[in-house]
Amino acid sequence: MSQLFPKLPLDEWIEVIVDGLDENLGFVFDLISAAIGGTVDLFNAILTGLPFWLVIILFVLMAYRAGRWTMALFTFIGLLLIQNLGYWEHSMETLALVLTAALISVVIGIPMGIWCAKNESVQKVVTPLLDFMQTMPAFVYLIPAIFFFGLGKVPGVIASVIFAMPPTIRLTNLGIRQVPADLIEASDAFGSTYWQKLTKVQLPIAKTTMMAGINQSIMLALSMVVIASMIGAKGLGADVYRAVTQINIGQGFEAGLAIVIMAILLDRITQGVGKRKNA
Amino acid sequence: MPKITVENLTKIFGRQPGRALPLVKQGKTKGEILKETGLTLGVNQASFEVHAGEIFVIMGLSGSGKSTLVRLLNRLIEPTEGKILIDGVDIVSMNAEQLQQVRRKKLGMVFQKFALFPHRTVLENAAYGLEIQNMPKSEREQRAKESLTLVGLGGWEQSYPDQLSGGMQQRVGLARALANDPDVLLMDEAFSALDPLIRKDMQDELLELQSSMQRTIIFITHDLDEALKIGDRIALMKDGAIVQIGTPEEIMTNPANEYVERFVEDVDRSKVLSAEHVMKRAETITLDRGPSVALQLMRDRGVSSLYVVDRKKTLLGVLTADAVNDAKMHGKTLEEVMRRDVPKVGPQTLLNELFDLVAFSDIPVSVIGEHDRLLGIIVKGAVLGGLAGKVNQESTLPTEEEGQVKV
Repeated sequence: MSQLFPKLPLDEWIEVIVDGLDENLGFVFDLISAAIGGTVDLFNAILTGLPFWLVIILFVLMAYRAGRWTMALFTFIGLLLIQNLGYWEHSMETLALVLTAALISVVIGIPMGIWCAKNESVQKVVTPLLDFMQTMPAFVYLIPAIFFFGLGKVPGVIASVIFAMPPTIRLTNLGIRQVPADLIEASDAFGSTYWQKLTKVQLPIAKTTMMAGINQSIMLALSMVVIASMIGAKGLGADVYRAVTQINIGQGFEAGLAIVIMAILLDRITQGVGKRKNA
Repeated sequence: MPKITVENLTKIFGRQPGRALPLVKQGKTKGEILKETGLTLGVNQASFEVHAGEIFVIMGLSGSGKSTLVRLLNRLIEPTEGKILIDGVDIVSMNAEQLQQVRRKKLGMVFQKFALFPHRTVLENAAYGLEIQNMPKSEREQRAKESLTLVGLGGWEQSYPDQLSGGMQQRVGLARALANDPDVLLMDEAFSALDPLIRKDMQDELLELQSSMQRTIIFITHDLDEALKIGDRIALMKDGAIVQIGTPEEIMTNPANEYVERFVEDVDRSKVLSAEHVMKRAETITLDRGPSVALQLMRDRGVSSLYVVDRKKTLLGVLTADAVNDAKMHGKTLEEVMRRDVPKVGPQTLLNELFDLVAFSDIPVSVIGEHDRLLGIIVKGAVLGGLAGKVNQESTLPTEEEGQVKV
């Protein structure tokens, strides 16, 4: 069937915009690249620099604080298994990427969420943007990320942040909006400033909901970091990717299992933090 | 000079409220304005004065604008037009910063649903108003403690609000407002969410506190009994407008119009008094006790039946003296001899619906609140007493000595 109208050159437009950005704002991208790369390297240096048994002990302690001794036991066995299978270093590389992506998501996401909760118009603009960020197939983010930042961990982290940040923004916004109206009234009636109301009433009450958002962000970051191995981010994702290309079932399973263990760990520990502080 | 002077205070809800103002001034009613403009008239040109040290009650049915009016006084809701002078200074024309200072120093507020901060201890709640004024920690905690002691909550400082009963939570609300040492207390249906018996306790305590502290109190309520009991003067509202202001005596004996008259008539007994007005405190027991304890309790209290409740005061059944004796002789548990077919009514059940039930029941009728919570019991004599004018108002709270009349 012939087209009534010629196809809109949307792809060309996007390329023009991206080209323009790259030409004019190259130094900004370099700066971002250095900051993100530095953060990942720092986490990586800490996690792989420490002896593995010390890292395991630290994780077991965190799991114990967040949950019960069963969780601590699972952490101990799980991490020992990863070490035994020979995926320790790659796991720590993955963790460094996830932590960096999660950190950036939180640092940008929480203020954004607060802004959305305060301002109706901001929320109206941001909500569809978040929908877009979450529904666009994650692979698509890899393309501009490569363009601006080349191959490697930095574009991987950036794609992860785009993919992982929405829950933090959404649930921060939601958590603050769910604070009962009479508590807001009480806070106002005693003469609180906006900042006092935010820090003494809204954020503490929204904390559980916000932690659920941060938890989701971390989980999404993990899933995206694995995908990001396609553009050269190191870690467990690279092992899975290699196993897939070589149709190596055994290796694929091992690397996949390591990812699952990491996922459960991160999930339970962050969930535990949310619950404990609210008790 | 009056403490508070309110002049022609009007609030219109909706977009571009100004367009309804001319209509308000023409004296159109709430209904007419809604029809013509789609705007809701919340408060209609209210004017009144409140003197220092008086309890000024604003009363009306729900939707009459009384809660809006009290929120206009500290600008939780922005007035559309009018003046509010506190100590002669108009707060409507104040900027945000000046308003904050007035709220901090002069106006305390107590809320219907307590509005305590769940993540803060009782002490931290009471100290909130001082904390946001950046008072040093030791000093504000000292003052919050004094304030809590004043409302009878000494020793509960480290508890969290959800560990307290409704009545205690509202005491915290009151302590929080008092800690700031405000001249004016705004109390928005402060006791309406409490159980009837607790509500009466709180009214008494408020009056007692007021006799020693002499603050200016603006008290919102929908309950005429409450208004008559605590108000020095009462303003009656209808459809956003104040229809009469006067002392309780004036309002009762000299109603300004038909509306007030109907309101006041309703104080009249038979169709208006409900179960909560005539009920007495029930003697209760939990199921983890044995028959001997139950008998001892009955002897101590001089009653012939005990009401079995669980820890949440949910009514499970009733124990008669005969049944407990039987249990003791034959080694049965209380649960086995407990009667479960207890006659129950809600606190709002009117007296004329109670006659049959009370007359033909061999045990007192129980009054049940939400979630089957036992609020009190009604004995035969109390219904007659209620009709004769003896209701739970002033200090007719049943004491332990009175207990429960043997049926």
